Amino acid sequence: MPLQIFYEDIEVGSEVPALVKYPTTMQLVKYAGASGDYYQIHYDKDIALANGLPGVIVHGWLTLSFLGQMLTDWLGEGGTLAKLNGSYRGMNLVHEEIFCYGKVTKKYAENNKNYARIEIWAENPRGEKTVTGAAVVTLPSRSKVTPQ
Amino acid sequence: MSDEPIISEELQSLVNVPFGPEVYEIEKGMVKKFAEAVDDPNPRWQSETPPTFPAALVPRELIHRLFNIKGPLKRLLNGASELEYLQPIKIGDVVSVTGTLTRLRQVAGAEGPTLFMFTEMTYTNQRGEVVIKGKNTYIKY
Repeated sequence: MPLQIFYEDIEVGSEVPALVKYPTTMQLVKYAGASGDYYQIHYDKDIALANGLPGVIVHGWLTLSFLGQMLTDWLGEGGTLAKLNGSYRGMNLVHEEIFCYGKVTKKYAENNKNYARIEIWAENPRGEKTVTGAAVVTLPSRSKVTPQ
Repeated sequence: MSDEPIISEELQSLVNVPFGPEVYEIEKGMVKKFAEAVDDPNPRWQSETPPTFPAALVPRELIHRLFNIKGPLKRLLNGASELEYLQPIKIGDVVSVTGTLTRLRQVAGAEGPTLFMFTEMTYTNQRGEVVIKGKNTYIKY
């Protein structure tokens, strides 16, 4: 695991290490089973095309899961995720890379905790933002014991 | 396009009606399967649930009603999701989910009329503590 990141290590504009994923049809089927979302546009190409889609598309929730993974990988054991949201604005097609990004937009202390607000987004290989959202996280401090 | 209203009386009647609770036992295998499906190998998910795990804790009755209601719009997409984490959901917890349709909004979209259905979920553990608050927007078009 990477070294713990601390509140003092980040500034507004700091970037969260990017995460790149490559969902396959098999992963979408596994996700359908694990989440109970069996909507066929996520694994049946004929139905996806009949719905006017360009092909099988990735569940919005799955792309948001990748953004969540990017954040929890970065937060390590000492940080926590307080809020996560995403709007599904575009399509991620199966068998295409999904690029996950995050950038600190605000840092602040409140109720004896150190918070950061992170702008998050996912892009497809055409550079289109397919999911845009935000997260609020808490980070441990180097200078004092962070209350849990 | 038929003359059926986009927002039927039946759909309108669901607004602000809480559905559930749907009760889920958070089993180890279920969480492992979810973490594998989202391809997130973090060892943390051996004892607690990954951030988007509430996607698997479906308020079934609400979703069933919303998705199967009769109307002229047949296609469905997920519009947005929002989660607020108050406490981790741990393996062994028993989580009750209630879901409510809070608002309907009809707009003229690029491909014709579009309906936004706004929902809110509350996830409560076996001690009666709210662990997560969720919102989800579904789009029919």
